[in-house]
Amino acid sequence: MSGRPKHKSAPETAAPRGGAPPPATIPSTHGGDDLIRLLSPEGVWLGGSGGSPFPPSRLIELFRGMLRIRLLDGRMLNLQRQGRIGFFGQSTGQEAAIVGSAAALKPEDWVAPALREAGVALWRGLPIERLIAQCMGKGSEVSQGRQMPCHHSYRAANFISMSSVIATQLLHGVGVAMAAQMKKDPIVCMAYLGDGATSEPDFHSALNLAGVRKAPVVFFCQNNQWAISVPFAKQTASRSIAVKAVAYGMPGVRVDGNDVLAVLAEAGKAVERARSGGGPTLIEAVTYRRLGHSSSDDPTRYRDADEVKLWEARDPIDRLRKHLLSLGLLNQSKEEAIEEELQAQISEGIRVGEAGKEPPLESLFSDVFAELTPQLREQRDATLAEFAHRELPKGHGH
Amino acid sequence: MPVMTMVEAINDALRVEMRRDPRVVLLGEDVGVKGGVFGCSAGLWKEFGGDRVMDTPLSESGIVGAAIGMALYGLVPVAEIQFSDFIYPAFDQIVSEAAKMRYRSGGEYTVPMTIRTPIGGGIRGGHYHSQSPEAYFAHTPGLKVVVPSTPSDAKGLLLASIRDPDPVLFMEPKLVYRTLKEEVPEGEHVVEIGKARVVRSGKDVTLIAWGGMVGMCEKAAAKCAEEGIDCEIIDVRTIVPLDEATILESVKKTGRAVIVYEAPKTGGFGGEISAILAEKAIEWLEAPILRVTGFDTPFPYTLESVYLPEPGRIREAVLKVVRF
Repeated sequence: MSGRPKHKSAPETAAPRGGAPPPATIPSTHGGDDLIRLLSPEGVWLGGSGGSPFPPSRLIELFRGMLRIRLLDGRMLNLQRQGRIGFFGQSTGQEAAIVGSAAALKPEDWVAPALREAGVALWRGLPIERLIAQCMGKGSEVSQGRQMPCHHSYRAANFISMSSVIATQLLHGVGVAMAAQMKKDPIVCMAYLGDGATSEPDFHSALNLAGVRKAPVVFFCQNNQWAISVPFAKQTASRSIAVKAVAYGMPGVRVDGNDVLAVLAEAGKAVERARSGGGPTLIEAVTYRRLGHSSSDDPTRYRDADEVKLWEARDPIDRLRKHLLSLGLLNQSKEEAIEEELQAQISEGIRVGEAGKEPPLESLFSDVFAELTPQLREQRDATLAEFAHRELPKGHGH
Repeated sequence: MPVMTMVEAINDALRVEMRRDPRVVLLGEDVGVKGGVFGCSAGLWKEFGGDRVMDTPLSESGIVGAAIGMALYGLVPVAEIQFSDFIYPAFDQIVSEAAKMRYRSGGEYTVPMTIRTPIGGGIRGGHYHSQSPEAYFAHTPGLKVVVPSTPSDAKGLLLASIRDPDPVLFMEPKLVYRTLKEEVPEGEHVVEIGKARVVRSGKDVTLIAWGGMVGMCEKAAAKCAEEGIDCEIIDVRTIVPLDEATILESVKKTGRAVIVYEAPKTGGFGGEISAILAEKAIEWLEAPILRVTGFDTPFPYTLESVYLPEPGRIREAVLKVVRF
């Protein structure tokens, strides 16, 4: 398998630095310490002599991107608890996988998102107020409140509209890549998935087809080790997800998903391989879903608090923070300034998003087809006529 | 005008459109080098090459899912599912993805894709080469469902389907594939989606059918005519969107309706037409609306000719409503 680790990390049993808690062995998914890593959990550069090749501005940009997702998660969960949004799916703990993979793409590349990639859309320019308006079901947002919260679409950045269905998007990613290949456009599609999606038939169909056609697609799996309440060990008997790539004739790469620099480096290699005609790659970013599957889920009912604590100690933002501190690129006041600015952006996003108008009644019937069919026109006209003289019914949760 | 079978007319439509629009690509199992198991894409791989006529791995979900991605990127894919009996692995891609993409993205993303698939009995195909699953798909908002019954309509409706801005499921009746030959216009020939066709004018009873059952109705009508009963025949042509106006106009004139389809009776699309007639034309009805259909059984092999509606069974229904 060509995804062999290039940068061997220090063994997990190495002596802790700087008084950090002793790192434990990564549980369940871990068939030996074969994770590719550029930063130790203490933020120490492991990439060899010469030090990090990442320019300081890039490192700060990655830090900001990760922190924005973390802060947004907190604010959105608060809004959900206040009843101002109906539902939210968090990304806490997965920020390095999200930002590292997104940062490997060019603006003209495409994204076929799974469930936890709103941060990818943000990285690619999705305005926060639009994200929030979507979560609030507003008519000011393009999808007119037709989908549940967290189901984003962002055409301006080639971020494909998301469904709740698992693994279907992988084939869209392959199709986009095949189309680009046919038109000789130097475009790569990043197709995201979770660990659960590897059990779906479309995972097999997509990787098989991409392998046969040498399509310029990168399959990026955020292995957060839990598909709602089902742990990785009950999802597959494979020792990893990356190993599955062998069967499709493509490289499989297993990277520490909490190390943003390793994720960026490995995703970058895969993207450039795809762009230069080298075909697809399967990347497994090993990370952890620290909160529930969504705001509707209580993970304390099915998993051990010690496991969560273990992963809290491997926090991806903290890891980059320590690295930046050691390079002298960050200090407490600089970080506070960044956080203040991001919180202000989010506050403004909430203000503008929440002030958006409700979707008009007509939006129920438009966009089913390019033009209304006679049946849709009849149903729309009857509905408009009915609600011209009585109030709209109050639904559940209103 | 050249005389063609339906297979030849479909092949002609594909060639015309691929020559006209470089965005049009074909993909499916055996569609390339072999030219399709029924020959619908014969010669196209040679003319347009393997980039535009793609033999895919054996995965219906893969074919439709990749076609969706191609459409999102700006191509105009025509995917083939070799038999509609094998379309179910792609059901998720069709129902959850293709059909909802425009709506859920507020028009940011659209799927101008056509899925061609043979349907129906008449080739001794047993359970898995004979079914008519149109009703499953007619129940899906965002998906158009087209079923031609003649070579000329197959060409015209296929050109309209490929040019349609939304996903179209184009169902080709195998019963007609090679049994009916007729003149088909050369080159440009578009038949508008959403318009039914009056196959035969009559005053006593309206027979409503699509696909392979239109020909059965014509034979039944010829028999009935010998007995002095004048049947009007409506070829629905597009299940979604349905041309209610043409159907209602006919039934209001004759006062009687017999709906003929080869799918199992329960939940078949004829039930929907019956409901529309009950809602919008009940004052004009002289008799109950009858359905002549396949049975609520899997499609049989040996007793196929009993399962499939045929002129004799259709005639019995006509006599019932006329004598009511």
